[in-house]
Amino acid sequence: MSTTTGAHGKVIGLPYVRVEGRDKVTGAARYAGEVPFPGLAHGWLVLSTIARGRVRSLDTAPVLDMPGVLAVLHHGNALPVDISWVDPQLGPPDATLGVFQHDRVPYAGWPVALVVAETSEQAREAAEALKVDYDQESHDVDLSYDHPGVYPLVGPLRPATEEKGDLAAELAASDVVVEAEYTTGQGHHNPMEPHAVTARWEGERLEVLDSNQGSPFVAGALAQVFSLEPTAVRVRTEHVGGAFGSKSQARTHHVAAAMAARILDRPVRVVLTRRQMFSLTGYRSATIQRIRLGANPEGKLRAVEHRSLCQTSTTYEYVEASTMMTRMMYDADAHHTANLAVRLDVPTPGFMRAPGEAPGSFALECAMDELAEKCGIDPIELRLRNEPERGPISGREYSARNVVACFREGARRFGWAERDPRPGVRREGRWLLGTGTAAATYPMHVMPSSASVTANADATFTVRIAASDLGTGARTALTLAAADALEVAPERVRVEIGDTAFGFAMVAAASAGTRSWVFAIRKAVAQLREQLSQGAAVPPEGVTVMANTFAEAGALHHDDKERHTYGAQFAEVAVDPATGEVRVRRMLGMFAAGQIINPLTARSQLIGGMTWGISMALHEEAALDEATGSLVGADFAGYHISAHADVPAVEADWVDDPDPGDPVGIKGIGEIGNVGAAAAIANAVWHATGVRHRHLPIRPDRVLLAAPSA
Amino acid sequence: MREFGYQKAADVSVAVALLDADPEARFLGGGTNLVDLMKTGVERPARLVDVRELPLNRIETTEDGGLRIGATVTNTDLAVHPEVRRRYPALAQAVLAGASGQLRNMATVGGNLLQRTRCGYFTDVTKACNKRVPGSGCPAIEGEHHNHAILGTSQHCVATHPSDMGVALTAFDAVVSYETVDGPGELPLADFYLPVSDTPHRETALPPGALITGVTLPPTPVAANSRYRKVRERASYAFAIGSIAAALDIQDGVVRDVRLAFGAVASRPWRARVAEQMLTGAPAEAVSFAAAADAELAAARPLAHNAYKVRLMHNLVAAVLTEMVQEVAR
Amino acid sequence: MAPATSSSVTLNINGEKHTLSVDHRTTLLDALRERLDLTGSKKGCDQGQCGACTVLLDGRRAVSCLQLAVAAEGREITTIEGLSEDGRLHPVQQAFLDLDGYQCGYCTPGQICSAVAVIEEHAAGWPSAVTDDVRPEAQPAPLSAEEIRERMSGNLCRCGAYVAIVEAVAQAAATVAEQAGTEEATAA
Repeated sequence: MSTTTGAHGKVIGLPYVRVEGRDKVTGAARYAGEVPFPGLAHGWLVLSTIARGRVRSLDTAPVLDMPGVLAVLHHGNALPVDISWVDPQLGPPDATLGVFQHDRVPYAGWPVALVVAETSEQAREAAEALKVDYDQESHDVDLSYDHPGVYPLVGPLRPATEEKGDLAAELAASDVVVEAEYTTGQGHHNPMEPHAVTARWEGERLEVLDSNQGSPFVAGALAQVFSLEPTAVRVRTEHVGGAFGSKSQARTHHVAAAMAARILDRPVRVVLTRRQMFSLTGYRSATIQRIRLGANPEGKLRAVEHRSLCQTSTTYEYVEASTMMTRMMYDADAHHTANLAVRLDVPTPGFMRAPGEAPGSFALECAMDELAEKCGIDPIELRLRNEPERGPISGREYSARNVVACFREGARRFGWAERDPRPGVRREGRWLLGTGTAAATYPMHVMPSSASVTANADATFTVRIAASDLGTGARTALTLAAADALEVAPERVRVEIGDTAFGFAMVAAASAGTRSWVFAIRKAVAQLREQLSQGAAVPPEGVTVMANTFAEAGALHHDDKERHTYGAQFAEVAVDPATGEVRVRRMLGMFAAGQIINPLTARSQLIGGMTWGISMALHEEAALDEATGSLVGADFAGYHISAHADVPAVEADWVDDPDPGDPVGIKGIGEIGNVGAAAAIANAVWHATGVRHRHLPIRPDRVLLAAPSA
Repeated sequence: MREFGYQKAADVSVAVALLDADPEARFLGGGTNLVDLMKTGVERPARLVDVRELPLNRIETTEDGGLRIGATVTNTDLAVHPEVRRRYPALAQAVLAGASGQLRNMATVGGNLLQRTRCGYFTDVTKACNKRVPGSGCPAIEGEHHNHAILGTSQHCVATHPSDMGVALTAFDAVVSYETVDGPGELPLADFYLPVSDTPHRETALPPGALITGVTLPPTPVAANSRYRKVRERASYAFAIGSIAAALDIQDGVVRDVRLAFGAVASRPWRARVAEQMLTGAPAEAVSFAAAADAELAAARPLAHNAYKVRLMHNLVAAVLTEMVQEVAR
Repeated sequence: MAPATSSSVTLNINGEKHTLSVDHRTTLLDALRERLDLTGSKKGCDQGQCGACTVLLDGRRAVSCLQLAVAAEGREITTIEGLSEDGRLHPVQQAFLDLDGYQCGYCTPGQICSAVAVIEEHAAGWPSAVTDDVRPEAQPAPLSAEEIRERMSGNLCRCGAYVAIVEAVAQAAATVAEQAGTEEATAA
């Protein structure tokens, strides 16, 4: 049998059913909390019910007497852990990793104890029975520009402020000015699979079965926290039931499970409840964004100002950098942007699908729509007139910028040319109809990764890389990319992922996962093919080559190009002015996102992002109870995400996006579908009703209150 | 969740005797609300008496031409029953507008009437709530209440009753039958739910330990021309922010008979009797509908963030009745 | 006297009887997942708010997270594991696979069990909340995309796979109808 690679038909760009698809539709695919372990104990977290203060006492004795209870871990008896380390790229860890290390409570829903029992029912009842007394202090949870603690974030990756030109002068000289405040609600990832982890120690080695976006990152943090050699921690993740940023790092439950497993010397599983996920797994801060645009009568921008305020916790700085899109999308002589934050007694927010760009694009692209209205120019034409030659702030050339092609092709398919620009004039029964559009963009990074490729003696190939498939189709895409590089049929390639034993790889985040992993796999394949070309037979144990892109990725990361994906979003909505109901009728997204590996799954992922846009535009907003500083209705009944009935015919497609200057050619598509989608819907709501909605979500109560009295 | 005993009741008398013997016992029907509340710690029964398999699962026409619905009839079986769909279409629509297909297959008629509010303070045991812990306060009044009640509230509670089914049953003068160890009894749905007053934890006029055995709908010819409209924050699978059950009989452009009930605006399904009285004999036109809605809503006491419900209900009355008039005209 | 807090129950799952002792607190979902190693049914919210745990009880869809295991005795329980026969996928499973009606896969078993029931419910003439005329005399509404969306709304999907799921349910409904037609023809 041939063990060499050779010419084979086209693989990239043809639809391919997910390699794990059969397991997923038959229920055979096992997720992290579903793998049996002999001797498994169940941990249940107890969270603070106050937003600020100290734990005065925990009445553990009665709980320890309850049936099946094995231990109650808290700040009085926890193992010491180390959170003093600083990662060169990511900085210091969130203090949340210092599980049970002190009695301070910095926010509502802070972990104060872990109850471990023989069964999950016993653990749950005991956790609920644990009486915790607090010394409560007054809390501060009010996000506002008037807060004395508002500050520009610091940090090298995302500068707080960028300013060029004389803003006041350009605004004064502008014929048309749009000035508005846009706000977005607090968002929660809510993957369908709650976070679940099982930890087990073998001597000084820690084994973790997890649901995460990047096992190497979880393992690295756990090694630091427990002062272990990096190689002493093995983290595996096979199927991940959605993540969207919430599973991108080690969190409370990882540390708590590992600590309990250490103390009890048996495997311990901790699964979060839906309600616990609201304070323990990150979220998207609400934003308050202020925009001023100044333009000449033809709509050419002279002044752009975009300031965004978000909240972070007192334990960690995470800033929802909502002005990043503005910095590269449109140019003006005066161009000022600022990302601001305020530290409040709230849980630490974090990366959530299209971080920064999702709320930022809502504000920017609605403001552009308002400018188009004021100038009397078609919103697409306005954007064409403001296409920059180079990055407005960076001055860098665009590696490829095909947003115009997206608008042109999208407009053609959506039927934009027939649109009557006047708002509030189309009625169908009880519904007012309108259409809207918005631009989308997301930056493209490539991060260092390593991969191994094995030529097996049976003429198959095994690729191993510590990637994660969150439902993105990554496992399948990597199979196809490897098959393409090997020039063999995909059926001859098996991809194993999610295991730190495979080396370091980029976390599945920031639309950089597949791009980064393919980069490493291609390099390993090239080296393998070089070896195989020497003609020796493949021995029984196969021939394995391991390669990494540490040098190449670093070089690309610091090069002089603006590298992004683009898109044009279109939406048609119906609004009942009598009830305030808003329904999206159809959406179209046209994207320029490099080479598409698997159109079957790519379409799914892009539509998924657009569906998030519908959800963000119409439904999602956590409700804060200011008196207690905690959320109210922290579940799927209180925090709505779009259901089937909310999601109509949504289409996603792409234009050719050749990018000869890009060494990978494959770009990420996880975020771009979610960028601009909410803006297109909000702009359509204006077109339907004549009323601008500048706060998301556009709920019925808000539509009713904003409507002119009947 | 606390440990509990479990018994399947063989017949109604056994069921009520079991409950009578244990003040910490609860009846278990479909479990869609009770089991959820047990998981969140709101309910902590020591014993469950499973009544789901009691022979109370029939829908029968009564002698006078009404409908008797057994307490363990599932929401689904109620909604798909031909007599319900033919004679009380708003009831079928109301049930179909509630929850999901899965939950409707499990939930029972008796349980639906007894379901507790979905107020986020009530369902979170870490927070104060007069309904759950009498005297602990009502944080919703100053807090998150954009989907709370505007009618029949008190300074002690502003929670809404979440039922859709109950709104249609209220519009059609349903009567609840129950059984206790002392024998059977009946309560018109109009008197079934107690005023909130300073006792929001006391929700119904059922005697202690009573088991709902069924609901009887009197013959209501006007109900044959009825509909249910529900407004919610997503297109499906969400509780109402406002809903209406309406039945209308028009002759020569004049309202001969009308039934109106509102959902999601009060601690119980709200029968709009003021509006009904104003409309009866009035011209079937938009002006009358608006005036009747205003008259009914004059009693509304909205809070800072739920005043929109006054406009919503006003608009719903006008829109739904107008739509029904237009359909009759066609 | 304090009542017993656990019982021995026999559960009829996918045509097989399983006898086990359960803590009364154990839901059917937890019994499936943690006691019987049938982990295809998923726990997304544990509160009846997401549909990931959907199974068929006596042929009707139900959320197993709100169904106590002890109360499920005597009922015919079908889980995702029981839908395929001899490795042959149910038409709904096949359509989900072919049309990519899923992403992360976690809501998928619930979506599929729900869809199997939706197709039957529609065939039985049950109306839905978007059916214009619910009266029994009315012409049954076809299983349009709008009807599928409404009927499937009790199954949340966070990846945003709804569009492909609705396509898959429509395709599966056609396959099921075709198969029923073939069977009828064969029987005749």
